Amino acid sequence: MKPFLTLVILSLCCATALAKNIAIVDATVHTMTDMGTLQNATILIKDGKIQTVMAQRPALAGYEVIDAKGKVVTPGLIGAYTSLGLVEVSSSAGTVDSSYDTTAISSTGAALDVAYAVNPHSSLMAISRIEGITSAATTMSDTRQLFQGQGAIITLADTQSPLIKRAAFVSAVADNHGADDLGGSRAALWVTLEQVLDEAKYAQGKVFTPASDWNGITTVADAKALGAVVSGAVPLLIEAHRVADILQIIALKQRHPELNIVILRATEGWQVADQIAQAGIAVILNPESNLPYEFDQLSATLANAGRLHAAGVMVAIGMNTHNIRLAKQHAGNSVANGLPWEAGLAALTINPAKIFGVDNIIGSIKDGLQADLVIWSGDPLQVTEAAEHVFIKGEEVEMISRQTKLRDRYLTLRTDKSMHYQRP
Amino acid sequence: MKPTFSLNHAILLALSCSVLASCGETQTEKAPPIAIGTDPFPSTYQPMASQPTVITNVKIVDGIGGMIESGSVLMVDGKISAVGESTDIPEGTVVIDGTGKWLTPGIIDVHSHLGVYATPEVNSHSDGNEMTNPVTAQVWAEHSVWPQDPGFSRALAGGVTSLQILPGSANLVGGRAVTVKNVPNRVVQDMKFPGAPYGMKMACGENPKRVYGNKGGPGTRMGNVAGYRQAWADAQEYQQKWDRYYAEYEAGKDPKIPKRDLKLETLAGVLKGDIIVHMHCYRADDMGTMLDVMKEFNYQIGSFHHAVESYKIADRLAENNVCSSMWADWWGFKMEAYDGIKENIPMVHAAGACAIVHSDSDLGIQRLNQEAAKAWSDGKRAGIDISEAQAWTWLTSNAAKSLGIFDQTGSIEVGKQADVVLWSENPFSTYAQATKVYIDGALAFDRDDPASWPVSDFELGQPGEGDSK
Repeated sequence: MKPFLTLVILSLCCATALAKNIAIVDATVHTMTDMGTLQNATILIKDGKIQTVMAQRPALAGYEVIDAKGKVVTPGLIGAYTSLGLVEVSSSAGTVDSSYDTTAISSTGAALDVAYAVNPHSSLMAISRIEGITSAATTMSDTRQLFQGQGAIITLADTQSPLIKRAAFVSAVADNHGADDLGGSRAALWVTLEQVLDEAKYAQGKVFTPASDWNGITTVADAKALGAVVSGAVPLLIEAHRVADILQIIALKQRHPELNIVILRATEGWQVADQIAQAGIAVILNPESNLPYEFDQLSATLANAGRLHAAGVMVAIGMNTHNIRLAKQHAGNSVANGLPWEAGLAALTINPAKIFGVDNIIGSIKDGLQADLVIWSGDPLQVTEAAEHVFIKGEEVEMISRQTKLRDRYLTLRTDKSMHYQRP
Repeated sequence: MKPTFSLNHAILLALSCSVLASCGETQTEKAPPIAIGTDPFPSTYQPMASQPTVITNVKIVDGIGGMIESGSVLMVDGKISAVGESTDIPEGTVVIDGTGKWLTPGIIDVHSHLGVYATPEVNSHSDGNEMTNPVTAQVWAEHSVWPQDPGFSRALAGGVTSLQILPGSANLVGGRAVTVKNVPNRVVQDMKFPGAPYGMKMACGENPKRVYGNKGGPGTRMGNVAGYRQAWADAQEYQQKWDRYYAEYEAGKDPKIPKRDLKLETLAGVLKGDIIVHMHCYRADDMGTMLDVMKEFNYQIGSFHHAVESYKIADRLAENNVCSSMWADWWGFKMEAYDGIKENIPMVHAAGACAIVHSDSDLGIQRLNQEAAKAWSDGKRAGIDISEAQAWTWLTSNAAKSLGIFDQTGSIEVGKQADVVLWSENPFSTYAQATKVYIDGALAFDRDDPASWPVSDFELGQPGEGDSK
């Protein structure tokens, strides 16, 4: 019986091993590498990876050919900051793994690890991937603590193993809301952050048992979890809006040069764009947020992304979960307000890949990278254009989601039988 | 519209007889009957100064389904005075060359909370939900509107010329909505759309039962429906009291004056056809129930708002003459939004029902053209062929009809208020921007002239004052 079982498991788990070789030909390809944009180009996909991309058309024996004449090919889009896989329905609908009420394991939120919580079978996965989102950073969003747990980079493939990189980043909240959750004042927030980083440094390499003495303000689990942050191995994302807070983050970087810091939102960042650039700090933002929602966002403008980019700041766009598919529209609106088009596409692809240290796997069209690709009907930043073919790890995605099924059920009303019998 | 006690009558009474008690003492003949004014907070809106202006060589989308590839629109004294492939241009007219650009009617957002949930979104500005009773028909959104909300100017830059501001959706009946021109000034009356009927906000489903489940109810959908029905029954009885009072007065009797009830007065205004119901309702089955409540109490629902499941019952919405005000693609934030699909708007349109694109968002209101564009293209890919000119009805004429202001605005037709937007390119593009926005013929926003951009009191003297937003 044993060999038979093994075979069954193999056929269930390893569809990628059987992936076809695919050639996409005649495409306009935005490689997001030094090769730039290629016209009438060919992309060869083999064993789930990009075998090569070239301006010519080679012999294509053994490849399934997809004609992409008049179409645009980009790397699969990366959701720069989401809670994909952690939430199905946000409000009053049961467990939401992106939020948390304090328990004994964590006093600062750092130890929480979404790698255990991601559900690759969430309906949001198919709904997002058929619109060209092929991977994402996913994290908790409402811990009401200093940190939002350890985030992961996930694939949106139809898979049982969604993790590309676990414990890939930690985000901290240092805006008005962050202060509210820490006693109501930044005067407590920043001292807490420094103290926690100290404790994390102290804890590295030490062995703790239940009998160990530990009087830190973090839990041991928190302090251990922050090891990769204090060494700079993974980025520390810090959410902030106002100039004064952004300058505090830059000062933190100066005090701790080993930290790999990224600013989340940076709503007033354009006012100190040069300083952010000089500090080598990247920004992940929602470019459409152009209203003074709080007193720490008074100078909010749609021009933020463009101004940050012009100063040399690396910008990533895409802060949403259910509608992370709209990140391309957000990037397009940044382009309408001063961001160069190429930077708009980079903000959805190579920039988030670099920020999260996964640009050797995803984010560009380069020999040897995972074949996450999208063939678009036209300019992907244009609201009227759409993904026509999506490939993840070289496999073409079935362009079906719960939403397309609902649509197809109701496109034609039937009167002879209940609609429940209409199976699209 | 059913007849109602005339506004003029009420004003005359107020002038001639401002203190009722003294009237009774000084007049020998019988006192006139009590008249309840229908407009105690009258509009003081004045169109801004305008110059006769013509936009030439421009692609015109008229907002009622038509398009002129290259034409002219002349605006004089705040009104559209000529539209065509070419128009006579009177001497002294400002000529704007619209070559390569598109001209559309100004966008009308039927669902906004600007002013009542103003930015900054601090507790002190949370004025949109009177969460003290499930039926608060007596409250009026205009009494919460802060004209200094920076959101108005952002919406203007997105081509929004009129909007309806509603109370929130916590209550079964949230209160009166107000329609305004997007020209905020010192007080809210300065922006009230002259002659626009009132709306009344109602809400289906999750929100009321969540808010009142632990506050005495309703705690279920069936509790919600019982609440609407009892409110309508009370309003009917209230109206009968007043009808009886006037009938007895006319018959020469000296009837007792009924006690005014502001809540029932607004509800009775709906039953008389003076006030339009705008009902927050996501699920198809909730809408189906409300269509029957509407018939039971003989009123008209103008529009279901949010309506993410209208595509499931679009045929019935068409039969019942109820509009759907929708997002292009919002979904999943609660159970009743779980079945949202991107083709909702075009599917409603294709069923012959009235489709409207709305925002319910201070960000969405800035890009309603893009919301229509997404829905239009998603429909096209699903085989629903709608022209861009037809799709623009979702933003203007259908919106205006649902607010009862289509006689005045919502299309580019001679005689209409000159509320128009000149777009840098096809507004079904991500990259299109409103270049010039005219409200009643006055240039309210000129992207090329930063010094002219409106700035609210709140933003004066703050970082980013007068910046491109």
